[in-house]
Amino acid sequence: MSTKGKITGIISNLVMVEFDGPVSQNEICYIIHSGVKLMAEVIRIGKKTAYIQVFESTRGIKTGTTVEFTGHMLEATLGPGILSKNFDGLMHDLDKMTGIFLQKGDYTPALEEDKLWEFKPLAGPGDEIVAGSWLGEVTENWIPHKIMVPFSFKGTFTVKEISPAGEYKINDTIAVVTDSENTDHNVTMIQKWPVKIPIKAYKEKPRPFNFMETGIRVIDSLNPIVEGGTGFIPGPFGTGKTVLQHALSKQAEADMIVVAACGERANEVVEIFAEFPELDDPRSGRKLMERTTIVANTSNMPVAAREASVYTAMTISEYYRSMGLKVLLLADSTSRWAQALREMSNRMEELPGPDAFPMDLPAIISNFYARAGFVYLHNGQTGSVTFIGTVSPAGGNLKEPVTESTKKAARCFYALSQSRADSKRYPAIDAVDSYSKYLEYPEFQEYMQKNISPDWVENIILAKNILIRGRETYEQINILGDDGVPIDYHVIFWKSEVVDFVILQQDAFDKVDASTPIKRQRYMMDKVLEVYHTDFKFESFEEVNPYFKKIINIFKQMNYSEFESDDFKKYENELRTILQERKKEKTEIV
Amino acid sequence: METTAFQKIYTRIDQITKATIALHASGVGNEEMALVNDRLAQVVKIEGDLITLQVFSGTEGIPTNAEVVFLGHAPQLSVSDELGGRFFNAYGQPIDGGPEVEGKKVEIGGPSVNPVRRKQPSELITTGIAGIDLNNTLVTGQKIPFFADPDQPYNQVMAMVALRAKADKIILGGMGITNDDYLFFKNVFENAGAIERIISFVNTTENPPVERLLVPDMALTAAEYFAAEKNQNVLVLLTDMTLFADALSIVSNRMDQIPSKDSMPGSLYSDLARLYEKAVQFPDGGSITIIAVTTLSGGDITHAIPDNTGYITEGQLFLRKDTDIGKVIVDPFRSLSRLKQLVIGKKTREDHPQVMNTAIRLFADAANAKTKIENGFDLTDYDKRTMHFAKEYSEKLLAIDINIEIEKMIDTGWELFNKYFSVAEIGIKSEFVEKYGKRNINHKN
Repeated sequence: MSTKGKITGIISNLVMVEFDGPVSQNEICYIIHSGVKLMAEVIRIGKKTAYIQVFESTRGIKTGTTVEFTGHMLEATLGPGILSKNFDGLMHDLDKMTGIFLQKGDYTPALEEDKLWEFKPLAGPGDEIVAGSWLGEVTENWIPHKIMVPFSFKGTFTVKEISPAGEYKINDTIAVVTDSENTDHNVTMIQKWPVKIPIKAYKEKPRPFNFMETGIRVIDSLNPIVEGGTGFIPGPFGTGKTVLQHALSKQAEADMIVVAACGERANEVVEIFAEFPELDDPRSGRKLMERTTIVANTSNMPVAAREASVYTAMTISEYYRSMGLKVLLLADSTSRWAQALREMSNRMEELPGPDAFPMDLPAIISNFYARAGFVYLHNGQTGSVTFIGTVSPAGGNLKEPVTESTKKAARCFYALSQSRADSKRYPAIDAVDSYSKYLEYPEFQEYMQKNISPDWVENIILAKNILIRGRETYEQINILGDDGVPIDYHVIFWKSEVVDFVILQQDAFDKVDASTPIKRQRYMMDKVLEVYHTDFKFESFEEVNPYFKKIINIFKQMNYSEFESDDFKKYENELRTILQERKKEKTEIV
Repeated sequence: METTAFQKIYTRIDQITKATIALHASGVGNEEMALVNDRLAQVVKIEGDLITLQVFSGTEGIPTNAEVVFLGHAPQLSVSDELGGRFFNAYGQPIDGGPEVEGKKVEIGGPSVNPVRRKQPSELITTGIAGIDLNNTLVTGQKIPFFADPDQPYNQVMAMVALRAKADKIILGGMGITNDDYLFFKNVFENAGAIERIISFVNTTENPPVERLLVPDMALTAAEYFAAEKNQNVLVLLTDMTLFADALSIVSNRMDQIPSKDSMPGSLYSDLARLYEKAVQFPDGGSITIIAVTTLSGGDITHAIPDNTGYITEGQLFLRKDTDIGKVIVDPFRSLSRLKQLVIGKKTREDHPQVMNTAIRLFADAANAKTKIENGFDLTDYDKRTMHFAKEYSEKLLAIDINIEIEKMIDTGWELFNKYFSVAEIGIKSEFVEKYGKRNINHKN
């Protein structure tokens, strides 16, 4: 018989329960409130009293109310039908809920029990298998969704029976497998997995090295991220974090996108709901929604479910990774998750760490980031979870605990700058302050040299140097005055502005400019560096500014035109003519 | 809120602090309302049979043998069409001398809208103020605050926006506003002949601060009634949210909670988000738009209140005095409407986004030129032109006393570009320069 309890105290959404049997940490339980079951999680156990956080408003709950413990932790339901769904943080299907308003205890199932899936076996009787081995597949949207041996199976098994190709429901048995002690186990198309435990059904997790194209120039061309990599985007409000995340989710080269809308604005999720079913995925030609799953706990939804939402999203990502897919997980924003932890820690009267956050915050964050990665599966295939989280630093101060802890865990850092946002230089990523640790990986360098261009890495370093020198020179000009510095200073500054305007700045709302394929990025980088390598002659500093503005304007028109179209070539010719006008002979030295 | 016969009366209070009392009682629900010697109170903590109540108007003079009656429900508001034109206090009781409102009793602070049932906001709100319509266009279902220092005319601008916005209902939630400001709103709305459209919930500086915690929920519950059930477009004005947050910190302090940044409770983000997220576009046409005021101290937006607000709201509006023209303008750099992308260039003319961005960029260049002067440097010809442009831009577009159509605003932008800059300097798509720019008029190179 399962453990039961009675409520003895309530402080906001923390509830104290006196229980009568065994109870485990993080166990899920239900409060039976006026005939409705309200979900909660055990977060601390004292003598006879369990402290549970309720994933709902506790309004009206009284002492003495019955609580039923379930004996398991918070679990995700994994099986065909996850793609294109909109879940809440606890993996209930939001579309199946009734009414406009979220009702307490309206817990809808994640998947459709009656839907028939066209199953095709991949394994045969006698095959040796382990947790995560592919037994068969169904086609979900256009992704071959693998039916796997449940991740909870320990040891080696042998396939005894497997169902022939045909239509099955998720709860139908599609295979019988035998363990080493000759016990048979039925396998269906779904399995449950506790969200806080990483899925490790893979052989090896090497350092990631495959470039992942995002179409965003300031990322690909200056701070590239890899398949299975981790990155984070901290930025004060109004610097374009969300626009950037949306751009990533639209354009990134991935088989599947999981968006965890964690404690952010509901209208931003609505934007995804409204646009993704309409927008085309440039790679597959299908609708973006077909490769997207959303886990939404917006800022007005119950706080306690916020922490769960990022774990739910990660578990879904790991599940699809085990099928040999490239998954991109985006979480906006991890700060809200940390704040949810803080609220709970505060109510339990734990001694606070910096800024009243719990002491183990850095460990929680780094454990979470560690679940991303590129893996070799047991069958030799590869899969990956790339994770990019945003951070909303309080007061825009990057020294606050969430940003600092994340900086230690994530390998790519995309710093959004207030001053760039103020001057409408979008995306407002500061290319110089940002970094990608993957640039230092020899295996990644090798990959880029082979697949993109032999001088790619050098070009990145050069472009960054141009920007740094430009910034330094700009300060000099500001201190000494326009005519107090040599003309060359103006030229150096404006050459860096060319990099800024042409490569870094990108119009996320323009059809063409929004996404730049890597081939085009390489072409434009070469063009911009050609300008940089050109020596110009000027009589006075006043000529420099208008001349470079003209160059920038033509480059911008190129960015707005289809690659290699007539317009593009027309502007390219114009550019050539203008560069000739002031080109210095080779003999002169700058 | 009267007591009924069968309710049990408790007369032994165990503890009294400045804002809370605690007593032994049974069968009490969390967040339930109670009367303590006829003062309204709410359950905030239950430990066994020890119930802690927050007394909204403070505990001054409450004796240990005060009469405590539990009302069996969370705070409520009676909603019906009769709300129109009425003034209420923080508890939803009339303060205009009129009768109690008859209607359905609804618990305030109800459940949130399922995100998949929301519609993407797409209806433009025009205000005639170019600093808003051109640069920071508002959309129904949006939530946006004015970030302003206490000496700025935010209440005036807000009242102006409210009246021009063509909403079906305007609901004012006044928290800690002065009696003078309250009378100001009342007069403006009455003079505009709009009083039937207006509903006010007011807690003035004369009332106890903790009471104001109820005001936004009262206002938003009324708004939900008209927007969700009557499919109306409702505009909610909340002023001043800083004083609301201050009241939150008072309560959390009295409850012995560990404060986080700036002595604010750790749950400030969630507390504010719960309110602001009531802004919504319903599928059946109704909408709730929230315009709030967050006063700053010395323009500091890194303080926890504006900072958390900024992360929740869809942009913010800054007012600033432009000394060049001696008028208050909507600051184009620090103001932002996040939802403008949904309407500009779509519901407005296609060149709107580029004209807006270019003008702001040139205005920024003018600011750099001013810095140059301060540092004693000579100005280039371009610098001088940007400065002339900036002054005229401020006067003709940014000042809050502007009241023109959006198309006229965009045309004014082009006029100014053509007057001061070459085509290369404005850097707008050639297609637009030809179509709308009427280029070469007065253009210098």
